[in-house]
Amino acid sequence: MSPDLAQLFEYFLIFIILLFVIGFYCILVSFNLIRILIGVEILIKAATLLIILAGFLCGRTALAQSIVITLIVIEIVFMVVGGGVTFWAFRHNEDIDPRKLSDLKG
Amino acid sequence: MPSALILAPFLSLIILNLFPKEIMRKIAFGWVACLLLLQILLIVLYPGILFGAAGDPIGSFFAFELFIDALSKLLLLSIAIVVLASLTVAQYAIKDQTQRFNFTNLILIILIGMNATVIVTDLFSLYLFIEITSLSSFILISILKDKPAIEGAFKYLMLSVIASVFMLTSIAIFLLVSGSTSFAAVSDSFKNPANAFLVQIAAGLFLCALFIKSGVFPFHGWLPDAHSACPTPVSVLLSGIVVKAGGIYVLARLATSVFTFSAAMQNVLMFIGAFSIVFGALAALTQSNFKRMLAYSTVSQVGYMVLALGCFTPLALAGAVFHLFNHAIFKSLLFVNAGAVEKQTGTLDMNRMGGLSSQMPVTSTTSVIASLSAAGVPPLAGFWSKLIIILALWNAGHQTYAGIALVSSILTLAYLLAIQRKVFFGKLEQTLTSIKEAPLAIVLPEILLATITIAVGLSFPFIFNNWILPLKELVH
Amino acid sequence: MTLDFILLSVLVLAALWTVMTIRLIHSIVGLAITSVILSIIMYRLNSPLAAVFELSVCAGLISVIFIIAVGFTERTSKKMFPAERKERLTRFWYLPFIIIAAALLMSQFLIVPHFELPPPAESQNVRNVLWNLKHLDLLGQVIVLLAGAFGVAVLFKESKK
Repeated sequence: MSPDLAQLFEYFLIFIILLFVIGFYCILVSFNLIRILIGVEILIKAATLLIILAGFLCGRTALAQSIVITLIVIEIVFMVVGGGVTFWAFRHNEDIDPRKLSDLKG
Repeated sequence: MPSALILAPFLSLIILNLFPKEIMRKIAFGWVACLLLLQILLIVLYPGILFGAAGDPIGSFFAFELFIDALSKLLLLSIAIVVLASLTVAQYAIKDQTQRFNFTNLILIILIGMNATVIVTDLFSLYLFIEITSLSSFILISILKDKPAIEGAFKYLMLSVIASVFMLTSIAIFLLVSGSTSFAAVSDSFKNPANAFLVQIAAGLFLCALFIKSGVFPFHGWLPDAHSACPTPVSVLLSGIVVKAGGIYVLARLATSVFTFSAAMQNVLMFIGAFSIVFGALAALTQSNFKRMLAYSTVSQVGYMVLALGCFTPLALAGAVFHLFNHAIFKSLLFVNAGAVEKQTGTLDMNRMGGLSSQMPVTSTTSVIASLSAAGVPPLAGFWSKLIIILALWNAGHQTYAGIALVSSILTLAYLLAIQRKVFFGKLEQTLTSIKEAPLAIVLPEILLATITIAVGLSFPFIFNNWILPLKELVH
Repeated sequence: MTLDFILLSVLVLAALWTVMTIRLIHSIVGLAITSVILSIIMYRLNSPLAAVFELSVCAGLISVIFIIAVGFTERTSKKMFPAERKERLTRFWYLPFIIIAAALLMSQFLIVPHFELPPPAESQNVRNVLWNLKHLDLLGQVIVLLAGAFGVAVLFKESKK
């Protein structure tokens, strides 16, 4: 692999790992269910960028793009279902704090 | 023709929703039940139609790349049986007509997802259909929208999305080193020594994702909440088959045909499996909620399958898959019993029950049969699968793990008999004297599942030759 | 090369702002901005169709879904606002430092293992791949959308009592 491609890969990899760290931090520390969903979005975007990068480096951009298009469709439905569950959590608890979702124990 | 397994439920879904609702609501149950019975009959009696010489006229028109072998056949049979049991229980457990129709539609989507998971040959399509199964199970868990269900669904959602991100990262790395995501290309990429480090990282990430999906020890946090808080037919579905078709089958398929496991990974699998067995059994002993105890029991039994897969000899693989089938049957039976008890007495707290065997004879008999099968008592089916696993471990030289598996069967017997003693035997409580047996919609699947357990156990030599031996060819 | 570097830094900064900002609406706008920058990066990596998809769906549809969700879950009392703001700042304060530390560590010590790329294949059109070679993925997308439709029907419809 040519050296400037290798350097490109290294730069991209650093930033993708930073995005993963931001996403995980957001999910772990957040006290608001909708912000947790935003953290999930950031994680999926990082994975999307990794797939496109992999496709670019090995020359199969067509395959990578079709994977990403399918992934975006899954992401939409995931957000819709997550939004629905958040909506009902709000209806039961009057609050969208994940710390309140701790009735089941043991 | 394998593509019929995906296209037939898909067409049913479209037809059920295209025509006016009043007619469709009445025939929805019958139609889906016929579809599932057809799947069971074709696999057991005429396997040649579905896979084999007949070829695949529709599939080749569409460029599907599907492949069925002995492993997929056994999984397809378990999927059909458990989904049929869940559908029948739903006729009684979900009262509202509209919700029951939504439930039937979502069951069709889960059926498509799981059928497709066991027959695809491409890593990204595998991920896609696992996601379809997960999405519809989130919706199913929250179908009645009560507070514990929403909480269980949210925890499952969070852990499932982390698993998805791991799987996507793994797929990206495989795309990078091999240029394609099909099983053939991925397994070729393991042979190139220049890529060894990256490929091992990718395989490890995919394994972590599968551990989350299967609910083994470090990542089991969502399992007790999700499986105990959802309505009974959904519990039957989740514990009975989703955990296994989405998690353990994928592990078995990747371990045998796609990934090449290093010795370190096999040790990790065995350690995590053994830990899950013991942890699940000990945690189940302390529960007082019927369904929560059964959910921890699922963690324990899945540990058996992971332990056998880590051992990686042909006999161990056969034992793991046979245990998968048996667990689908007896765990569904136990959850159906729990649902019957919940509907008739209105509670799941075992400390408030007692002596129900005189009031609900069929439920208590089938529950005893399922418990004995789970604990591995001859001549029921569970005995044979546990025997194969323990023998395989002993032969491969892992005597400590075989010992742990043997001792944990005794623990399994302990907590399951605790359920029997608390709920069904003992003195009849005053408040429960007016309980009657559950109606036909619940009793019928109970009898059928118990019959399958007994029949499989008694006819084991015949089944061994036809269904289990072909599995051994998968490991070379 | 430097353009890629700038774009990636802006991407990480936008994601950082999305996570750390106090008001939820600002967070959603930040997510949309992150999607736009990601779409530009994807275009530069020879993936125009995926870039357009990402732009239209993630920067558009998902932001609308989030704004509707925030509208549904408005908390009725706003009295806790200043105390919450202070608590939030202390919790999320660590994040920029973690990011900078991780970036410095990785640029010094991250060794990307040497790997071989597969042999180059003839380049294909995305439309060709998606519509002719990957029918199973198309079927899967249709089923996912149907599952989403049923999800909406189950989760958002109030049952008439």
